[in-house]
Amino acid sequence: MAINLNFGSLLAAPHLEHLVAALKYTAALTAASWLLAVVLGVVLATLRVTGSRSLDRGVAAWVAYQQSVPMLAHLFLWYFGISTLLPAAAQSWVNANNGELIFASIAIGLCMSAYFCEDVRSGLRAIPHGQQEAARSLGLSFVKSMRYVILPQAIRASMPPFINHTVILFKNTSLAMALGAAEMTYVVREIENQTFRTFEAYTLATVFYLAVSLGLMGVGVLVTRRLQIPAR
Amino acid sequence: MGEILSTHLPSLLIGQYPNGPLGGLALTLILSVLGLGLAFPLGIGLALCRIAPYAVLRVPSTIVVYVVRGVPLVMLVFWSYFLVPTLIGQAVSAFTTLVVTLVIYQAAYMSEIVRAGIESLPRGQTEAARSLGMSYGRTMRSILLPQALYNMLPSLISQFVSTIKETSIGYVISVHELTYSAGQVNSALLTKPLQVFATLSLIYFVVCFALTRCAHAVDGRITRRRAGVTPLVESKVHDPVLQG
Repeated sequence: MAINLNFGSLLAAPHLEHLVAALKYTAALTAASWLLAVVLGVVLATLRVTGSRSLDRGVAAWVAYQQSVPMLAHLFLWYFGISTLLPAAAQSWVNANNGELIFASIAIGLCMSAYFCEDVRSGLRAIPHGQQEAARSLGLSFVKSMRYVILPQAIRASMPPFINHTVILFKNTSLAMALGAAEMTYVVREIENQTFRTFEAYTLATVFYLAVSLGLMGVGVLVTRRLQIPAR
Repeated sequence: MGEILSTHLPSLLIGQYPNGPLGGLALTLILSVLGLGLAFPLGIGLALCRIAPYAVLRVPSTIVVYVVRGVPLVMLVFWSYFLVPTLIGQAVSAFTTLVVTLVIYQAAYMSEIVRAGIESLPRGQTEAARSLGMSYGRTMRSILLPQALYNMLPSLISQFVSTIKETSIGYVISVHELTYSAGQVNSALLTKPLQVFATLSLIYFVVCFALTRCAHAVDGRITRRRAGVTPLVESKVHDPVLQG
């Protein structure tokens, strides 16, 4: 098998532009779904410790559902299914404004919110109950005690799984290719179809994903160390 | 919804079988069992390499695990689709491609579970076995692995659930598993995407949720049995009075 590698032709016009656009797309999809997942995850985890049994059960059911269904099924349900429930005007607005990106962000964000919720919850469990009692007796409301006393400690405790799931979220954005979203995997497939430079195209994408994943893990280690409460 | 279920449920559960190839949920389960079953020995091997005292084994296995964990499953599927036929010099079915990918992917994740399982055992176990004159290999085989694998049982079931979810990637290379079958039903019906994909999610939910509950039950049982072996130490640790 003669090996004749040519990365140059892929990193020149017109493919370079497409790769750069794909990079931005993947970054936007990752950022949007991550934000949704983290915010919702923290809120859901907080709902589980309010003491209301029905809220606790509701969140548990949400987490079980999101974790038991594959990401691809979530993406299809949102993009092809739930999108049809929107009124006609909203549907045409979404279609005109990059509907793949919007629905992929929602599907990935909601699914990963379950994982982030569990991470924060395990962090909350590591905080002794006395902390909550002490904060409340100092006159802080439930929300304030969570905001200033409990959550800052819980989030520190849950950093390692948090980073792990951030990497998984980033990798999962590649599944949006099944909706025809022009993120990295999709674009690399297109370039491969046009140039037949399979090895080079896949290598580019693999190096990209690997670099970002390892970079995120590295940043995670730094942040965890930075956030650590110094031992006294 | 009821109409869709009665006409199309068989194709979601078993595909075209017996008039055509097996597909749907049945194929999803076959893929998962094959993928995880073949990944199991490979994962143990990788884990042993990662904790081996020789850098020759440790460094490459660590690189393999990090590469597999850092790349999306879809990319790995494309790589196997392209590389496996090139390497073995003959055409390979999409089914085989998917099994190969799942085995590599799961082996990497499984090796981390096995490694954690071995490393969480008290050091005294190794020391005792070695002082009895057992070799490194014998210690691993007869003392450490049996305990680690037993403690790992709940993680193994969770891993099976992950594998079931990962087989949905077969959609991308047209393996007729559950998600692909749902896509086909959707194309045939054209106007009922919500019902079709809600049914799809429901099927995955029922299967995976049941298995997850099963993992919790096994976990509880193992914890209780472990507690039974060393009641003195356990009761001290969990005594609320002593803990304050």
